Amino acid sequence: MDIYTEIILDYYKNPRNEGPLPDATTCAKEDNPLCGDKIRINLKIEKDKKTGKEKISKATFCGKGCAISQASASMLTEKLIGKTPKEIEKITDEDIKKMLNIPISPAREKCAILCLHAAKKALTERGSAKKSAPCPGCKKETASGRPKRI
Amino acid sequence: MKDSKALKKDFPIFATKSVKKDGKELIYLDSASTTQKPESVITAITDYYKTSNANIHRGIYTLSEKATIQYEDVRKKTATFINAGTPEEIIFTRNTTEAINLLAYTFGEKHIKQDDEIIVSELEHHSNLVPWQEVVKRKKAKLKVIPIKSDYTPDMDEYHKILSPKTKLVAITSMSNVFGTKTPLKEIIEAAHKKNALVLVDGAQSAAHQKTDVQALNCDFFTMSSHKMLGPTGVGILYGKKELLADLPPFMFGGDMIKSVSQYDSEYADPPVKFEAGTPNIGGIMGFGAALDYINKIGFKTIEENDKKLFEYAVKKLSEIEGINLLIPPADKAGPVISFTLKDIHPHDIAAVLDQDNICIRAGHHCAQPLMEKLGIPATARISFHIYNTPEDIDKTCDSLKKAIKIFE
Ligand SMILES: Cc1ncc(COP(=O)(O)O)c(C=O)c1O
Ligand SMILES: [Zn+2]
Repeated sequence: MDIYTEIILDYYKNPRNEGPLPDATTCAKEDNPLCGDKIRINLKIEKDKKTGKEKISKATFCGKGCAISQASASMLTEKLIGKTPKEIEKITDEDIKKMLNIPISPAREKCAILCLHAAKKALTERGSAKKSAPCPGCKKETASGRPKRI
Repeated sequence: MKDSKALKKDFPIFATKSVKKDGKELIYLDSASTTQKPESVITAITDYYKTSNANIHRGIYTLSEKATIQYEDVRKKTATFINAGTPEEIIFTRNTTEAINLLAYTFGEKHIKQDDEIIVSELEHHSNLVPWQEVVKRKKAKLKVIPIKSDYTPDMDEYHKILSPKTKLVAITSMSNVFGTKTPLKEIIEAAHKKNALVLVDGAQSAAHQKTDVQALNCDFFTMSSHKMLGPTGVGILYGKKELLADLPPFMFGGDMIKSVSQYDSEYADPPVKFEAGTPNIGGIMGFGAALDYINKIGFKTIEENDKKLFEYAVKKLSEIEGINLLIPPADKAGPVISFTLKDIHPHDIAAVLDQDNICIRAGHHCAQPLMEKLGIPATARISFHIYNTPEDIDKTCDSLKKAIKIFE
């Protein structure tokens, strides 16, 4: 079965919620040393005016890497917006695989779930000393491209 | 002489039904990672278990004697294969990585002192880098690195500059697993010896592609892996000059590596047995013997001709693809390896598209992360070949790469 479905390719080529988030309240990065995928998830967490509960009001991702990692991150940001931190903690690796709806080989699993791990890290590290600085505004990098001249 | 199409028939995996994908034949272009195995190798392993399985160097009975003789025959064959002075210079390990670690723990422990220097090159596989990083950490010594030039060959001017009386060891690959670059071993070894430094050649990539003559090279140590030489996994070789091996302490301790043991002390055997503690991979070593026979039968002339023909063909065909960038050294220094990037498509995505056509290529950092960092890319896609690969394999790969461009444009 094809892993590069139209939906995956659409999110890869026309990513939603991609780019820095200047008013983010937390963010975190994860990378996959195997293929060099890098994902940073930026979150803005606000108190809901009606319920008083914390909620993700904005979510973006920055990163580079393979189509699976980028499409997955973009799809996930859409899923995160409107959720409470508790709800995000409950999202599993399996949920991500369902969201992508493609056969993921064990070698590509890390690519797919990188974004979820970054999002959870952003939540657990918020307010702590370890917390990464709010989104520094990564510049868009290419996945591979030409090697540098040595 | 048989051509590669005919030789492919010697490798049963290509005729195995379950290996086909939607009716598509297997195209295997990842031999730098591990090669496929000919029928004769597989048979040698099963034959051993069926007809001579017994532990070696132990039994008095005929079966054990038979196994011991066969095992020692492979040692002799290996010595002849790389033209070692005597079979005692051949040590069986699990793989190249273990062979290099053996040296790092024995040679490194005994001979590297504070402020000494070990030289490696930027081309090294992690296997020939990380063990030396550890040695210099333990010994407060220094690691020096030969940089590569823009043509993906080592910068020999720099090498001669960093080589000094402090240099105790030069650990250098004979062929890069990323670019296929053949390194100028003779020049490296001669210069090192002038400074009284020893040289370890990591022969993992070249051993099954070009004739190795350790005496002509005059290298002090040489390593290789059976699984990259048409042989089974789990067998590696460390060659060392006799007098150097005799001088090294053992690496692992236990059974088989001793002369005599009393309750509180032991006397160790002579090399190579001194370095082969415990029951070795006897079955695998029988398979490795058959792999050497197979390579000898085909001959390096045929292997090198096929490598060269395929390399030239692949470079020509791949270069026709729009947006491809080949990372290859000048043709006279090139081995059967071609790394490339294709537009902005991530190598993992390239490999995944090719996999749908049952084409196996490698995508990643190839255990050479410092090198990738220098190139400013996370990974490359890499094809590498051996005697069973044909021009048609390259054609199909090119078609598949064009498909990848369509998918991701
Ligand atoms: C140049 C080189 N050295 C060392 C190794 C390590 O070999 P092994 O995994 O058999 O220990 C490899 C394997 O890819 C290699 O290409
Ligand atoms: Zn990936």
